[in-house]
Amino acid sequence: MKRLQQAIPALIPLVVVTAAAEFAVRQGLVRAYLVPAPSSVLQAMIESRQELLSALLTTSLSALLGFLLSTVAGTTIAVFLASSRAIQRAFYPYAVFFQTVPIIAIAPLLVIWFGYGTRTVVASAFVVSIFPVIANTLSGILSTDPALRDLFRLYGASTPVTLFKLRFPAALPQILTGLRVASGLAVIGAIVGEFIGGQGLGSVVDIARTQQRVDKVFAAVLLASVLGLTLFGLINLISYLTLRRWHASEQ
Amino acid sequence: MQPSGGVALDLKGVRRVFENRLAVIENLHLAVEAGEFLAILGPSGCGKSTLLRLIARLAEPDAGSIHIEPETQFQTAFVFQDAHLLPWRTVLDNAALPLELMGVARDERHGRARTALEQVSLLEAADRYPAQLSGGMRMRASLARALVTNPRLLLLDEPFAALDEITRFRLDTQLRELWRQRGMTVIFVTHSISEAAFLANRAVVLARRQGRIKLDRRLELPAERGNELRTSPELGREMRLLLAAMEEE
Repeated sequence: MKRLQQAIPALIPLVVVTAAAEFAVRQGLVRAYLVPAPSSVLQAMIESRQELLSALLTTSLSALLGFLLSTVAGTTIAVFLASSRAIQRAFYPYAVFFQTVPIIAIAPLLVIWFGYGTRTVVASAFVVSIFPVIANTLSGILSTDPALRDLFRLYGASTPVTLFKLRFPAALPQILTGLRVASGLAVIGAIVGEFIGGQGLGSVVDIARTQQRVDKVFAAVLLASVLGLTLFGLINLISYLTLRRWHASEQ
Repeated sequence: MQPSGGVALDLKGVRRVFENRLAVIENLHLAVEAGEFLAILGPSGCGKSTLLRLIARLAEPDAGSIHIEPETQFQTAFVFQDAHLLPWRTVLDNAALPLELMGVARDERHGRARTALEQVSLLEAADRYPAQLSGGMRMRASLARALVTNPRLLLLDEPFAALDEITRFRLDTQLRELWRQRGMTVIFVTHSISEAAFLANRAVVLARRQGRIKLDRRLELPAERGNELRTSPELGREMRLLLAAMEEE
């Protein structure tokens, strides 16, 4: 009940904007081929539910896979970068450079490398979402309390032991922040990949656009946002479950 | 658990320079007897903490030697300025951490951690997380973590500085009691004159620059020390001597 009460402020703008859009389209203030009435978006959703749901599933799997890959690869790369200052100086600039390459520009390349289909979509989600994982994990690992590092040294802890028993858990709040950002980016990356590589919601949007089905475009975009929100919520849940007992951000 | 017994310490001509800085410690000579409770007093930046890290072998001297007799593995424990507990572990697992790192089996390390927590009167909080403890309790947990290995040399770096006075008084008394029971060698770094005089058997005052020893004094105070000593003329006399040494340039 209390949760519901907390959600009310966020629901008010939604209801107001939806009602206003519906009103504006019905009164002819906005042309329906530019912005569809919320009711026709809903109708498009119901009519094409089979197609949309299967597209949503495809996009979800690709985004999730890309996200998991960047989680694993991103943390591994961060550990590698953290291992010495020289390595960090040598490679970190390239990680930053890599991040600035626009995904939309390299997506055609991905198609050349991986062909049309899932592999390109996953690669696109991966490329877009890995950098925040690297950056946050690295900064988390590097900011381990020096006193605790001394403590681990005092009792003869090896580098791997210190990594797994101290540096990783200490960096966890920051790693989760990186994952939160990465989860949203992975969905964006997957959709962009699908524009070019086919499949999923991205492809639905692309085809509906050529058919001038703005209502369907909106329906697909809405589902893509729901997917992003779900992934984000999942990370928040993991964050809550792992940090609630010890970290101020979840108390 | 075996009573630990202390170690003797001999520092000869120790020098430690930091990158881009003046020498923090220059040509320091200091001998500490086994079982001694030594307080090191000095202004901030005089190299007290550096000295402790050198003794703990967490840093190497640039010149001179540090000899510990007898030297065995894992005999040194360190208590930091703040508790520095691992926030994701319970008090019990924090106290057991050194044993875990040394490779002691789970049951044994938990048993020994419980004993250590009992000694600092924190056993009832064994299953709580650091975020659920008061500052004084956190420091107690930190102390238990240091004691769990039965150290022969206990190094403390202004451990109670952040606590309120009553809590500090209690922990002072408890620390001194633990030292008497175990006979370990204790080196306690502080900038509080009253705390140094109350706790220690011997006090060393360092100068602001280069860690020069300005005063090295065996305190003439009873072995049994309770709160009544805190307002006694004997303690006042020792404090005046330490203060005079701190103020002299």
